[in-house]
Amino acid sequence: MGQMEDMGSRIAAGVTGELNEFLTFTLGAEEYGIDILKVKEIRGYDAVTRIANAPEYIKGVINLRGTIVPIVDMRIRFRLGEPRYDQFTVVIILNVAGRVLGMVVDGVSDVITLNAGQVKPAPEFGAALDTQYIIGLGTVEDRMLILVDIEKLMTDGEMALMESAAVAA
Amino acid sequence: MSSTQSTPGNASAIDMSQFFQVFFDEAAEHLADMETQLLAVDPAEPDAESLNAIFRAAHSIKGGSGTFGFTDMAELTHEAETLLDRLRKRELQITVPMIDTLLEAGDVLRAQLARHRGESREQVDAAPIVRRLNALASETNEPQAAARSLSLQFTLIAQANFDMLLADLSRLGEITTLQGPDAGRNCKVGLLTDADDAEISVRLRTAAEPASIQVSVSGQESAPVADPGYGFFSDDPAPVRAEPADPGYGFFTDAPAAPGASAPHAAATESAASWGRRSTDDPNVVTAPAGRRGSDKQVVSPNGDSSSIRVGVDKVDQLINLVGELVITQAMLSQKAARLAAGENVDLSTGMADLERNTRDLQESVMSIRMLPMSFVFNRFPRMLRDLAAKLGKQVELKTIGEQTELDKGVIEKIADPMNHLVRNSVDHGIELPEERLAAGKPAHGTLTLRAYHQGGNIVIEVADDGKGLDRSKILAKATERGLKVSEAMSDQEVWLLIFEPGFSTADKVTDVSGRGVGMDVVKKNILALGGSVELESATGHGTRVIVRLPLTLAIMDGMSIAVRGDTYIIPLASVVELLQPGSREIKTVSGQGRVVEVRSEYLPVVSLSEVFGGESREADDKESIMVIVEVDGAKTALLVDELVGQHQVVVKSLEANYRRIPGISGATIMGDGRVALIMDIAALVKLARH
Repeated sequence: MGQMEDMGSRIAAGVTGELNEFLTFTLGAEEYGIDILKVKEIRGYDAVTRIANAPEYIKGVINLRGTIVPIVDMRIRFRLGEPRYDQFTVVIILNVAGRVLGMVVDGVSDVITLNAGQVKPAPEFGAALDTQYIIGLGTVEDRMLILVDIEKLMTDGEMALMESAAVAA
Repeated sequence: MSSTQSTPGNASAIDMSQFFQVFFDEAAEHLADMETQLLAVDPAEPDAESLNAIFRAAHSIKGGSGTFGFTDMAELTHEAETLLDRLRKRELQITVPMIDTLLEAGDVLRAQLARHRGESREQVDAAPIVRRLNALASETNEPQAAARSLSLQFTLIAQANFDMLLADLSRLGEITTLQGPDAGRNCKVGLLTDADDAEISVRLRTAAEPASIQVSVSGQESAPVADPGYGFFSDDPAPVRAEPADPGYGFFTDAPAAPGASAPHAAATESAASWGRRSTDDPNVVTAPAGRRGSDKQVVSPNGDSSSIRVGVDKVDQLINLVGELVITQAMLSQKAARLAAGENVDLSTGMADLERNTRDLQESVMSIRMLPMSFVFNRFPRMLRDLAAKLGKQVELKTIGEQTELDKGVIEKIADPMNHLVRNSVDHGIELPEERLAAGKPAHGTLTLRAYHQGGNIVIEVADDGKGLDRSKILAKATERGLKVSEAMSDQEVWLLIFEPGFSTADKVTDVSGRGVGMDVVKKNILALGGSVELESATGHGTRVIVRLPLTLAIMDGMSIAVRGDTYIIPLASVVELLQPGSREIKTVSGQGRVVEVRSEYLPVVSLSEVFGGESREADDKESIMVIVEVDGAKTALLVDELVGQHQVVVKSLEANYRRIPGISGATIMGDGRVALIMDIAALVKLARH
């Protein structure tokens, strides 16, 4: 219980807080980090049912223990890396905005803890990812992590993952 | 004195809002109960027990609304209670205007409740109804000789409304002296009254710590302390009478167990405890005098003898989901086991058979939790009929058959409105005025029969009246006037179906009951949207019967699984008419674009699903594909699919929960192999293909 509260206060402190844990993953040559608390689980890519007339990066829906969950391929969405689907393909199941969805990435690396000093603001640049979704750039040894506000990204109207009404809410 | 006003602010020591929902639910139940009982009262020979039951329901609402600070409801129920109290004591004879006024008071209360719930913003003006109740109840009481002067000493509980208590006490007699409440919430009230101890106990218990109450007699001699019947004036805090806890009145029975009821703030523990005790005591106190006054009859719970618990629908749905998963896992396991065992391992195969049976039983039991009896819908009609009949000057008797037939909660909620329309229509258009009926050799009062029963996997609901029936020539004339294609050669059945056309009403004049012609088409649309169907039978001079067929549940559906471009889809079986292999049958084009096929001298539009779901045309394959003829809104369409997979009962899951609406798809389901299959929305799909 005490630990939970501890964690809670850390989340409450937000990204500017002292310590944050991030799950890191790769897309092409780039390394990204997302708030670990948004991650529900990590699983393989399997049994995806296609949805006709959906955007190309929405691979379809899967059955996650009785819940229908949409799968987004970030490699297609941001044109990074080669979309390959085999036993090594990884899906990160996220819990964002009260919804469950899966995102396909090239690989999951590890969980790292960053303190505020290790996070630098992202400069304005023409990246695949609009800077409005980037919390900052994290540095661990000689690795650079692009820290993404995954909730903001996934609920964005352009992702076409939710009804526009739900996005506005 | 007024500083003890019980408002939500005063009660903030414990978070009251968590109990609001309990109060709202209970109050709604008590209101419904009151209405049922009121409608059953025969003014000529009122049943003492039902008068008591009505009084108790009103009292429970008053107590709850006072505690939670909903003063408007408390004031109105207070007036209603005053009248009811006199009625049950036989000081007044119940009359029809009284029943009407009390019913109206119930309506106003319901509106107030809706406002507190945040369901409506409308301000409710209760003043007129309060005045009318007051007038009805205000025949003065003959002062009785046996007045005693009592001195009441007690400690107020934290939530008590002292003013209301005083108002309550003053109805028993005259308040002569008054001290307090002081800082310790101790009060002393002098009361000159002829009321017996039980009366006083009921009043006091709502606001005072039971253990703190002391009563001494300063006037004539009396020995209230010795009264063994109530034990009220002793210091024993135990419930007055060891009646079993009654779910109908256990207003707060689940409150002490509710999360956080033991109070987040330590300071509140004491008041919470006394509050909990008071609330469980309350029903006993109320029912005790009622039981005695109700002579030999036992106090009967208005909710019947079935005990129940209140559970959130989301919890039930979660349970249904989990069981659905279990069924799929079990199916996968038994497939694997069948391959593995192949006659060698008998233990394994018997174990798997047991597992399968248990899983199926479990699924059935869990699904039945969501089922509610039809009485949830039927119960609203006695009142509606009473009002309607009075307004139209007709006499209508209501018969309900099969109220215990169970139906999924989701369907029940959606069927209530269409049922309303049908019943209104029957009374307004079907059943004649008494003199017309007598002239036609029928009894003056018409009979409206509501019947529900199971038939196969469906539930059938009938609304039947013994009125004048539909008028064929009138409907045909009306249809011609509206430019519909009709002919005298049409069968009765076809003619009757015309009344489901939009804007169709044959009523000579528009009343505010019905006749505007918005209704039957909406009824039909709503029922079709539930996957059901409507039929109509009518015989001139003998009546009309509307037959509504509905699936038992929205969560489970009969579907046909088909394959299109390697993906599995489900077509709701309800919309499938027939299956055909086009073979040599030629698919022709109309003006180079739309394609049609001739099926039994009917030209049906052809929709290729692989085109709709894939985007490219593959006309070359059309001959190998299978045609599924579906019917939507009376129009048939031929769907071309690649392969027929099978027929299943599928559990319908929402796509919107985590994703969004997909055009032409109504939901999703999980197949036996654990994969997701999308369920087609045939109506939307056909529309989609046309554009």
